[in-house]
Amino acid sequence: MNAGVEALRREIAARADGLPDTVVMEVCGTHTHAMRRYGIRQLLPGNIRLVSGPGCPVCVTDGRDLARALWLAGQRNVTLCSFGDMLRVPCGKESLLSLAAKGARVRVVVSPLEALQLARAEPRRAIVYFGVGFETTAPLTAALVDQAGRQSIPNLSVLSVHKTMPEAVRTLMRSGARVDALLCPGHVAAVAGAEAFRFVPEELRLPAAVSGFEAEEMLLALAALMGMLRAKKPGLVNAYPRAAAPYGNPAALALLEGVFEPRAANWRGLGEIPASGLALRGEYAGFDAEKRFDIPLTDVPEPAGCRCADVLRGLLEPPECPLFGSACAPQSPVGACMVSSEGACAAHYAYGRDL
Amino acid sequence: MTDEITLAHGSGGEAYRELVEEIFLPAFKNEYIAPLTDSAVLPGGPRLAFTTDGYVVQPLFFPGGDIGRLAVSGTVNDLSVSGALPRYIAVSMVLEAGLCAQTLRRAVTSMAGAAREAGVLIVTGDTKVVPCGACDGMHISTSGIGVFPDGAYVPPQRVEIGDAVITSGPVASHGMAVMAARGGMGFDPPIESDARPMADAVRRVLDAGIRVHAMRDPTRGGVAATLCEWAGRERNILLYEEALPVKPGAAAACRILGIDPLYVANEGVILFSLAHKDAGAALEALRELPACREAAVVGEVGAGEGIVLARTRLNTLRRVLPPRGEQLPRIC
Repeated sequence: MNAGVEALRREIAARADGLPDTVVMEVCGTHTHAMRRYGIRQLLPGNIRLVSGPGCPVCVTDGRDLARALWLAGQRNVTLCSFGDMLRVPCGKESLLSLAAKGARVRVVVSPLEALQLARAEPRRAIVYFGVGFETTAPLTAALVDQAGRQSIPNLSVLSVHKTMPEAVRTLMRSGARVDALLCPGHVAAVAGAEAFRFVPEELRLPAAVSGFEAEEMLLALAALMGMLRAKKPGLVNAYPRAAAPYGNPAALALLEGVFEPRAANWRGLGEIPASGLALRGEYAGFDAEKRFDIPLTDVPEPAGCRCADVLRGLLEPPECPLFGSACAPQSPVGACMVSSEGACAAHYAYGRDL
Repeated sequence: MTDEITLAHGSGGEAYRELVEEIFLPAFKNEYIAPLTDSAVLPGGPRLAFTTDGYVVQPLFFPGGDIGRLAVSGTVNDLSVSGALPRYIAVSMVLEAGLCAQTLRRAVTSMAGAAREAGVLIVTGDTKVVPCGACDGMHISTSGIGVFPDGAYVPPQRVEIGDAVITSGPVASHGMAVMAARGGMGFDPPIESDARPMADAVRRVLDAGIRVHAMRDPTRGGVAATLCEWAGRERNILLYEEALPVKPGAAAACRILGIDPLYVANEGVILFSLAHKDAGAALEALRELPACREAAVVGEVGAGEGIVLARTRLNTLRRVLPPRGEQLPRIC
């Protein structure tokens, strides 16, 4: 182990020594994944418990929103462009992947701007980009819409189920989640600014630390949280200053502001949260798939026995769910948290079992 | 297994295994197919190794390789890891009407080049043409025969407690090269596939007199799939994550796309499991080849019940599970 990691491990242990059982929540799928991948828990004392909140964009996508994407993918003239990890999410008996196997045009993209190229290359097909994710991916979708507008691309539209993080954290914490400190998502903070999480100490009286995604960065943020808990002085520490400025990325924020406006969004596990979603502004209605297509509203009930909602609120550890590892496993996921490799259950299954 | 064939059945993970074990094996069952090794080892006359494989890659051409080079290399490598000397290859092609003859010529020239490198002859073949839209340009199937010289050592394909696990070179290059080419990601310099016949690497190790216990070319499902199969239910394997070579371009693409290099396909890598005392000699034999300069010991086999663990650079441990489904890029 390198000296830096060892020093951080000791510092965390010293600061946490004597504290009661402490729950630290991270609200970023990449944190969930990275914690597991590096085995960070094995470096922490027994009284620190890490739980995963609603930070995996795949996991918090509501069944009804997914059903709309599936409906679009099922239209003969539509090519649906999506990030890869949305493809396996079950929606009733189908998923985007199962539709693709039956002939639906579903294209995995790494960047939304690929949809623009595709729209130019296939002018007679309707290209729909499925916009999923938080402040991290929403600016890219905004750039896509902005470009499509400037270049007058008529056959491109966006189904936006984008969400923003701070409102969800506020709602979650007020809904009775048992959390002592918050590890804040560095990627969101890089766009929205570290100060976007100032309300955590000020309104919720909880310590918060903005963290990067390398092992050392996560340990550094955890050390900062333990220090604040020990001193009983909740504050906001930016432990990721190399990427997250206090007020974020002005260019990305301007793009977001120009293209999107806030609206209520449905979160799997949390329900409807006011002003936590991003809808295309009226002047971009021509690029709004919800306005371009007459998409029927399908109610998709949560699968029976699925406790994803409790996992997303940090009330339940993945193995405590009765379906975990038996009825619900990565090869046949029941709930959303098992689908994305960033999901709390999938990460626990992949890296945590038997360790 | 599921009622329908899905893309996951083609990805070399658990679904693929179910497909083989529930549909093909019961129907074709005989003593030569049952071990499910990369090549069947056959009796009669000189001992033979026999294998077949289908290739459906998109795009057909990618940095470092193409479907033709892949079709020859893959079959040569399946023969090589059985311990046989690859000799003859049969080729069956399905072409889509409208395919440009120049494209076919390029792929075939590339097959010939790979065959020359490997010292095999392409001796028979067949071609069918299907209507436009019925296949993606070109599908190639290759079958190959290899021979075991008299008295040659035949690796038992069973890892032993105390074995060292060796990779012949950096992993994850092929899968990331294809993914980058498919997504038009334009890495500069481009990530190059490692598609390459590895007969020479295998030969070097065997000719050095090393009694290799098991060899595999970790194609679909990557290093993880091979290690999990090797562990079976009676061995544990510890992988030293920091020792596993990954070229910088492939490593960067993995980070960007959220993909674990352990699960990415290789087409020019051989994994060896051999007695710990032979590891030094095997590395020495391998490193004389330019493609194997970065050969390294990357793990060890212990007693256990089928658990594969990776030791991270933080000296923590994590489970390595068999792959499932396709590798899909993550959101963020």
